[in-house]
Amino acid sequence: MTDTTAKTPDEFAPTDAAEEDYSAASEVSQVKLRRTRRERAWLSLRKAPISAWIGMVLIAIYAIVAIFAPLLAPYGEAEVFAQPYAPWSAEHVFGTDQIGRDIFSRLIYGARNTIGIALATTLLAFAIGGGLALTAAVLRGWTDQILSRLVDVLMAIPSLIFALMLLSIFGSSVPSLICIIAVLDSTRVFRLTRAVAMNVVVMEFVEAARLRGEGLAWIMRREILPNIMPPLVAEFGLRFCFVFLTVAALSFLGLGIQPPTADWGSMVRDNASLIQFAQYDLKAALTPLLPAAAIAILTIAVNFVVDWFLHKTSGLKDEH
Amino acid sequence: MANDDLLLRMRGVEIDGWSDERWHDIIKGVDLSLKHGEVLGLIGESGAGKSTLGLAAMGYARPGTRIKGGEIVFDGQDLRKLSERQKQRLRGSRIAYVAQSAAAAFNPAHTLLDQTTEVAVRRGQLGRKEAEAYARELYAAMDLPNPDRIGDRFPHQVSGGQLQRAMTAMAMASKPDLIIFDEPTTALDVTTQVNVLAAMRKAIEQFGTAAIYITHDLAVVAQMADRIKVLRYGEEVEEADTHTMLTAPKETYTRSLWAVRSLEKPGETSDDKILQIRNVTAAYGKVPVLKNVSIAVPRGKTVALVGESGSGKSTTARVVTGLLPPSRGEVLFDGEPLPPTLAGRSREQLRRIQMIYQMADTAMNPRQTVGEIIGRPVAFYHGASRSEVRARVAELLDLIELDESFSDRFPGELSGGQKQRICIARALAPNPDLIICDEVTSALDQIVQEGILKLLLRLQKELGVSYIFITHDIATVQAIADEVVVMYQGSVVEQGRKEEIFSPPHPDYTELLLSSVPKMEPGWLSQAIAERRQLTP
Repeated sequence: MTDTTAKTPDEFAPTDAAEEDYSAASEVSQVKLRRTRRERAWLSLRKAPISAWIGMVLIAIYAIVAIFAPLLAPYGEAEVFAQPYAPWSAEHVFGTDQIGRDIFSRLIYGARNTIGIALATTLLAFAIGGGLALTAAVLRGWTDQILSRLVDVLMAIPSLIFALMLLSIFGSSVPSLICIIAVLDSTRVFRLTRAVAMNVVVMEFVEAARLRGEGLAWIMRREILPNIMPPLVAEFGLRFCFVFLTVAALSFLGLGIQPPTADWGSMVRDNASLIQFAQYDLKAALTPLLPAAAIAILTIAVNFVVDWFLHKTSGLKDEH
Repeated sequence: MANDDLLLRMRGVEIDGWSDERWHDIIKGVDLSLKHGEVLGLIGESGAGKSTLGLAAMGYARPGTRIKGGEIVFDGQDLRKLSERQKQRLRGSRIAYVAQSAAAAFNPAHTLLDQTTEVAVRRGQLGRKEAEAYARELYAAMDLPNPDRIGDRFPHQVSGGQLQRAMTAMAMASKPDLIIFDEPTTALDVTTQVNVLAAMRKAIEQFGTAAIYITHDLAVVAQMADRIKVLRYGEEVEEADTHTMLTAPKETYTRSLWAVRSLEKPGETSDDKILQIRNVTAAYGKVPVLKNVSIAVPRGKTVALVGESGSGKSTTARVVTGLLPPSRGEVLFDGEPLPPTLAGRSREQLRRIQMIYQMADTAMNPRQTVGEIIGRPVAFYHGASRSEVRARVAELLDLIELDESFSDRFPGELSGGQKQRICIARALAPNPDLIICDEVTSALDQIVQEGILKLLLRLQKELGVSYIFITHDIATVQAIADEVVVMYQGSVVEQGRKEEIFSPPHPDYTELLLSSVPKMEPGWLSQAIAERRQLTP
């Protein structure tokens, strides 16, 4: 596993007698241990702090729930039962909502919808923001000026209000929801990507690629992108949380995901009135908090993982 | 009795470093002793443990290293037995440290004077007024211009050489018994280096301070040190007084270090020019950098561009490569005029001129393997298939004396010399006619430098490629150049065959440059300073 670099010096020793002491291939006296990607990944996983582990396990649970929702949910997403606002019972674990749908089932389907939309939105935001930022960083000059000022303009408008306005223009279908939030969020991605890419663009290997005559796409994808991945991945985690919260907030305001599609944000809104029954039935009052808790726990879990990743890649090392 | 005179005694010092999940030896039991007022030179290649040993003399171990064994006795106290607080009190006041990069060691937000006096004042050794007066005295001793006022400036308002001198003054401000100089002039131009060295030596002598001088430049250490210790792989090779060490080194390794500077080749020239730069004037924005520069490069030969930083050497390279279009003048390549901008040049024109950079670290994408780095130009210019690329990569690696197995490695897994070799291979990959080498050896150790220079010479002989070799190191010019172009402030001072340039009579600037190159004789510095006084009124 570690034998790949050990070379006998005389294998390449120059014939020049004065140089008997020197050979380029054996220059490093202590050869670094070489590890495959999988070994390195496993090594850093093993050293991950407990918080990161909790985060990863929680994310895995959410993912499983989202993927296998139809198998896990006891009832259908939009299945209506006779009794609205039913209390917690054996049949309806968390009771039913205002028109008699099983809340537990809707929580499970909600994972699928809410997470799916948030993920798609974040990916789109990174594609738009990251792509434009790399173009701006490589070309600089006017392209950079125009794109950056455009982003400044977009950032100057309060994003929630802007999103509400755009949604009422284009209608709150799932595709328009994804596009609008993605475009608004891509401004933040643009800022970060441009800043980190600027540090790489000035490196000599980028100049070497330019001198070679490489095109824009190659320089962006092969020379710069691999070198700025760590901060982008960390940002991806954070952005995902924010998109998630935005989707939930828009749903709560009634402009997000439309019924009967289950979604955690609108579930909080629909059942919010139950909170006032706390003095009569504590369990019923807890019901609107369940989707809220689902949102909160996923956000925390993602942040745990992102924090660890950031710490690992920012070069902060514990002293021995 | 003799022990009373000893300031520092290190015995059997062992230091470990942590990497790859285990401890490695860095220093393997080194002894060192230093008398009051004495200067000891520590030399060796990078990785020999010079800096680690120097820091250990302050009882300090860098993060990730630990002092495992031995004793470090400074003025009767064993530093290893003192608490961290006690050691901190010694550092800065009785032992001071001068780092390689003064620019990085100064805080840009405070004036020089504030930083010079900080330690002495905060430790309560001197009052602010006295400390400032003493600092001015030190600035004067360091030959800084206008010593009364220079302290009010911020670090970015003075030159690199002045900053390095100010840093020495800062180290001396608390009247230490021992100063550790860690490669203090490596980052400076030769012409500046001489002044800094002279000022440092004068100040050390004047105040009777002992010093440990760490460097990889033998000629420099010969000027500064009373005694020299050679380190290699964390072990002592030999130690002797400077004169003995220079004239009669015992060990083969030491002799090989000495031999590097004697590499030399006769200059040849030819009338067949591959590249002609004609009356080129270029500017960054409104700042003129090149003024009416004309340079010709003979085919299959090497032209060295020499001069201090800011003289326009690298800008000339940028004009040739098309990164900086000239405002006037033209560049002829193989008789044809080259389009001034990169975008205007054809792929074939780009292929024929390649470039090698000073810092191999930043010149290679750290996320690509050696195979990808070298293979890309082959695929890009020649449209070679995957197996052809692989064969060519193996061939190129063989050409630069490395093994085929290197192609899966990442740049981070290579040593400095190996990285530079890979950069050479990348430049060779498209079979260019001209390679521009921008300070390609100045970041390397001397033995490694020699290897790279020999490689470049061999490649030229085998492939007939021409070089433009940018450097400020005269020894390197001796080793590789056929023709020399001396540049100063954006103009060509002198141009011609190496032997002609290096033999008198010289224009003033060439004379200054040549006289600034440290020679391996103990008395050289005083002599050079005496001569320079006449040259630069």
